[in-house]
Amino acid sequence: MQRVQQPPSSTPGFTGSILAFGQELRDEGVAVGTSELLDAYAALEEVPWTSRNDVREALSATLAKSPEDRRVFELVFDRFFFRAPEAQAVRLEVREGDGSVRQGEAGQVDIESLIAQIAAALRDGDESAMRDLARLAIAAFSRQGQGSGVIGVDVQRIRRALGLRVEPQPDLAPDDPRAAGLPRDAIRRFEEILRRELDRALIERTQRLPPSRPLNELDRALPSGQLQDLAAVHRIVIGLKRRLATQGQEQRGSKRHAHVDVRRTMRASLQTGGVPVDLRYRPKRPRRPEIYVLCDVSTSVTSASLFFLSVLHALHDSFRKLRSFVFIERISEVTEIFERERDFKAIHEAIGRDAGVADVSGYTDYGRVWEEFLVEVKDDLHPRATVIVLGDARTNGRDPRAEIFGAIAARAGRTFWLNPEPRLYWNYGDSVISAYEDHCEAFECWTVRQLEEFVKALIQPITPG
Amino acid sequence: MSALPTSVEEISTGLREVGYLPDSSTALVAYLATKLGKPVLVEGPAGVGKTELAKALAKYLGRELVRLQCYEGLDEAKALYEWNYRKQLLRIQAEGRGSGWEDVQEDIFSSEFLLQRPLMTAIASPEPVVLLIDEIDKTDQEFEAMLLELLSDFQISIPELGRVEATTHPVVVLTSNNSRELTEALKRRCLYLWLDYPSIEHELEIVMLHSPELPEVVARKLVDVISQVRELDLKKPPSIAESIDWARALLLLGADDIDRSVFTATMSVIIKHRTDLDIVAERVGLKLDGPGDAASPTATV
Repeated sequence: MQRVQQPPSSTPGFTGSILAFGQELRDEGVAVGTSELLDAYAALEEVPWTSRNDVREALSATLAKSPEDRRVFELVFDRFFFRAPEAQAVRLEVREGDGSVRQGEAGQVDIESLIAQIAAALRDGDESAMRDLARLAIAAFSRQGQGSGVIGVDVQRIRRALGLRVEPQPDLAPDDPRAAGLPRDAIRRFEEILRRELDRALIERTQRLPPSRPLNELDRALPSGQLQDLAAVHRIVIGLKRRLATQGQEQRGSKRHAHVDVRRTMRASLQTGGVPVDLRYRPKRPRRPEIYVLCDVSTSVTSASLFFLSVLHALHDSFRKLRSFVFIERISEVTEIFERERDFKAIHEAIGRDAGVADVSGYTDYGRVWEEFLVEVKDDLHPRATVIVLGDARTNGRDPRAEIFGAIAARAGRTFWLNPEPRLYWNYGDSVISAYEDHCEAFECWTVRQLEEFVKALIQPITPG
Repeated sequence: MSALPTSVEEISTGLREVGYLPDSSTALVAYLATKLGKPVLVEGPAGVGKTELAKALAKYLGRELVRLQCYEGLDEAKALYEWNYRKQLLRIQAEGRGSGWEDVQEDIFSSEFLLQRPLMTAIASPEPVVLLIDEIDKTDQEFEAMLLELLSDFQISIPELGRVEATTHPVVVLTSNNSRELTEALKRRCLYLWLDYPSIEHELEIVMLHSPELPEVVARKLVDVISQVRELDLKKPPSIAESIDWARALLLLGADDIDRSVFTATMSVIIKHRTDLDIVAERVGLKLDGPGDAASPTATV
């Protein structure tokens, strides 16, 4: 079962494999410490190394300690231990024929009997049969020349071509295993196997392993970089989140005024013979929202808005008193979505779906946004409030209405602008950031490092006056 | 090595016997926890049996369960130990004028005047225990930091008494609903177990275990409906506990099939939000057969 092929590593044997594996996880941004690797060794001693599942569980229990890490772990585990022969093949430029062999092999298989066999395997939950049949199905399918090259699409097409459904299909022959419907679990499992096999074929075709996208890529160029992986953005923001949380704490700590509740202290002192050993404090009164965030989600900042949303997400985790809005042409408050949803992906979907951003033309109308924002929060804005705008300040030729923005900035204590464009492009074309810069501090923010700079500025105590 | 796989089996069957059906990773991590003596951090959505796991472990190992329920503002005095001020005061007052301060001081800071809180109890217990630290994500980071000493060395430092070390090795289970990111330092010291909603087959087993009188056809349909409901975008998807409750409710009603009318009547057992109720009634309720034609299961989408 275990097809561990020795990767190039200084330490030989299984020990070296695990070390290399840990290194690979680190490269993907999972924080793996030495103590965790030691735990992994200890755990591996307790499980049979011939059982793939046990080994994987033992490793993941000791190395991957959050759902996001677990996801990365699964990918890397598969790539590292079960793509090893392929990695070796790619390194040595070995090819498995040029596809014609595979086609011939599938040519002898009758599609009808293949379908029947797959359906039977699904019904019985026979996993090894599923794996073998998946290869045949892919081969037969690609022979028909329907492959799209996109794995997700192909999996669905194959599944449809095979007629695998959960629901019963009464118009089929009664002895067909599909007639009574197939178990949902088995279908899902089969899809997974298909995906893996297609992935394998892709490696063969392109002579490359699935990209091990270095997560620090994000550090280089956010707006232009491809941000397909939400988790990647999220991982980086998590570090930020923690820093924000602890630094915010210091801030809150030093400003905390505890008022002794005399009545409750006296009552408590009865226990200790009238000596007020236990001081009771008055509960802290909740304060009004202190941070307002406006986030542009129009098409001109598409790639950056994902980043911004994750920043928002992180902010929501750290500051309880935070109200957030997204806007294109008009604004829409999304505070509730962030409070309700924990999962970043769910938030992203929820905002895309029902945030109710009135998107008539798809072009940002900053003037209108300011107007609506001012109406909405006029009474809540106070000198201790901070307003943060995330946007590119491209008005599409519309009136920037900087005076309204000025009014907002005047009411709020501090106002920041985070612009996802490099400073070089500011004020070119329809960018009107200079009109707003008079009223706020504008930051260039398209890398995580720049974001950190901004965070430092944000948590600086407000100087009264 | 060859004896060990049977041990994972053992813990798996053992947990089964006390009414907890672990999946393979749960059994493995539980086994590692007992074997390596490391705390286990269990994360997952609400109601997938995180707390239950600790209880079952305690039952299976025949140990006492010491439980610390976390909440915001939980402090050392409530989690670790507290000096019994009243007793100390009484002791001082009862003492005659004659005895010196030295004696009294030595006396009142002895373990006799110590009120043990859950963590202390778990450490000081002469019998090995299972320590459950429930919903650790509800506390603040300071408390987490305080736990570190306990989790890695199984000892507690009391300024007046010195170090209290565990005489026996407790099995520690921490649970978290993932409402807050826990610190790296804490995670580093734990084994990690992510409990998710179980697969249909597994859940069927669980439901059948808890209400064996329910006809299997109904139980199968029940878990099927539950899994469909979980796929919807709900505020609070139904947990395993709710599946079991629903099974019991159906049993009480004597239902022999889940059709539309039964579903609408008992839906509130599994769905706890008004808006969710509407979504589920619309998306899942309609797929079920009407009360009349329960015989032919045709799906109308």
